[in-house]
Amino acid sequence: MVAGLFVAPYLVMMLDAVKPAGELRATPPRLWPGRWQLQNFLEVVGDETFQAGLRASLVIALVSTALALAAAIPAAYWTARQRFRGRSAFLFLVLVTQMFSPTALVVGLYREFFELDLVNTYTALILTNAAFNLAFAVWILRAFFASIPRDIEEAAEVDGCGRVGTLVRIVLPLSLPALVTAAIFAFIAAWNEYIVALTLMTDPARKPLTVGITSYVTAYVQHWNLMFAASVIAIVPVVILFALIERYLVGGLTAGSVK
Amino acid sequence: MTRRPGAWQTLLWLGPSLILILGVVIYPVFALVRASWSRYSITGVYEGAVGLSNYVRLLQQDALPRVVVNTLVWVTMVVGVTIVISLAFAQLLDASFPGRRVVRWFVIVPWAASLIMTSKLFVWIYDYYFGILNHVLTTLHVIAEPVDWLGNDATVMGAMIAVGVFVSLPFTSYVFLAGLQAIPGDVYEAARIDGASAWRTYVAVTLPLLAPALVVATVLNLIYVFNSFPIVWTLNDRNPGFGHDTMITYMYKIAFKSALRDIGLAAALGVVNVALILVAVVGYLRTVRWREADA
Repeated sequence: MVAGLFVAPYLVMMLDAVKPAGELRATPPRLWPGRWQLQNFLEVVGDETFQAGLRASLVIALVSTALALAAAIPAAYWTARQRFRGRSAFLFLVLVTQMFSPTALVVGLYREFFELDLVNTYTALILTNAAFNLAFAVWILRAFFASIPRDIEEAAEVDGCGRVGTLVRIVLPLSLPALVTAAIFAFIAAWNEYIVALTLMTDPARKPLTVGITSYVTAYVQHWNLMFAASVIAIVPVVILFALIERYLVGGLTAGSVK
Repeated sequence: MTRRPGAWQTLLWLGPSLILILGVVIYPVFALVRASWSRYSITGVYEGAVGLSNYVRLLQQDALPRVVVNTLVWVTMVVGVTIVISLAFAQLLDASFPGRRVVRWFVIVPWAASLIMTSKLFVWIYDYYFGILNHVLTTLHVIAEPVDWLGNDATVMGAMIAVGVFVSLPFTSYVFLAGLQAIPGDVYEAARIDGASAWRTYVAVTLPLLAPALVVATVLNLIYVFNSFPIVWTLNDRNPGFGHDTMITYMYKIAFKSALRDIGLAAALGVVNVALILVAVVGYLRTVRWREADA
């Protein structure tokens, strides 16, 4: 099956993650472990580098997701429901931020955070991820808000709900699927972010997993099995989350221009 | 609901987004441009403006022509091969067969997984002594003896392109799949009644209707692949110099890794990179005729 090709490399990763170190040095290499050494996972979980990485990744991904949603919700609601001057300029700006990855701007981002004395802080990575993942959340939420019949909101307003009250008590509860999709996407994107973390986080205790994991294999140490065990732990949850939002991805990434 | 809101009210609702975008996307562009005409000490202290001399020095770098060619090869090959394979693959995903859900989950794995972890994995798979690839290929007699994929100047770019295609296929296939599913079934029926062969139907009916998706996938992939960092960064790790770098990894090495540690020079290249992406973005918006109304 062709589809098997997409997961075959990751099977190699999983099988190598449970091998004793010596078996990775076998020639010719064997795919199947001779001895299953599941302790590799325990060793990784007990390891300080991994724990620090996990903590950093979780804090950065969770807080930046919350921040991206907090900024995207009012903007998506306002642009979905109101006509105002500067509306298309604003949406254009959002689209451009989606096209720019932090990669191209990394030197500028480095200068900015250097001047603000935010090198080696979670704050810098939280802000970066929130800003660059904002666009996807705006598109997904905007499309969903626009599909909610106005009558419901008008009824709420008649009952004395203000705009904010209507949004919080009527619109958001109805928009749970879109909120979950936007949150999962922002979380995964922040979880996987590499280049800005590589640039700004030089303190080993604050490196997120994407950067920290590479310390298992350097010029001096070669713990491939541990690196793969750590990678499996980092990859499996996000693949499951990604599978949950799979059918909304194309719409959010192409801003509705495919159909 | 139709009355126009006041400007201050709009500013309140859009404020958080605007602050984030202006502070973390737009400001770095200015910081980048400013850095491109400045000089910094090796510890990052500003040492004054130097005009266009960083740009002049950029053009004088011996590695630059090689890096530009590498970038062209990297972008065109990854995007081209990805598009062709994805067109075929989307057709396959569109067909109904048992286990289709599972297949779709399989396909998203390289998309969801961290690129840096996937890149490290491929460093291992490509390994000269212990990598599974050499073992499989020598066993199947495709190659007579092991190849040092990432250490050999002749193979490293091809090896990187293969990984680039591998991680670009899921998104691209999904875009084409969305395009295919938007084509109404009666079009195919009409083609069948007219006696068109399967291939003829594909070329004359499916492809033209898929054109918008094709444009979107191509331009977005051009931007993504141009911007791609972890694959080249990781797979080209062992090779000294800039012989296999793209404009993105070259910029990064100038700024943070090589003996140069030259923020001003890197920023000059960064400005060029940003300008190239802007051209692609404008081209994209024109071809999809983006309007806020249907965004």
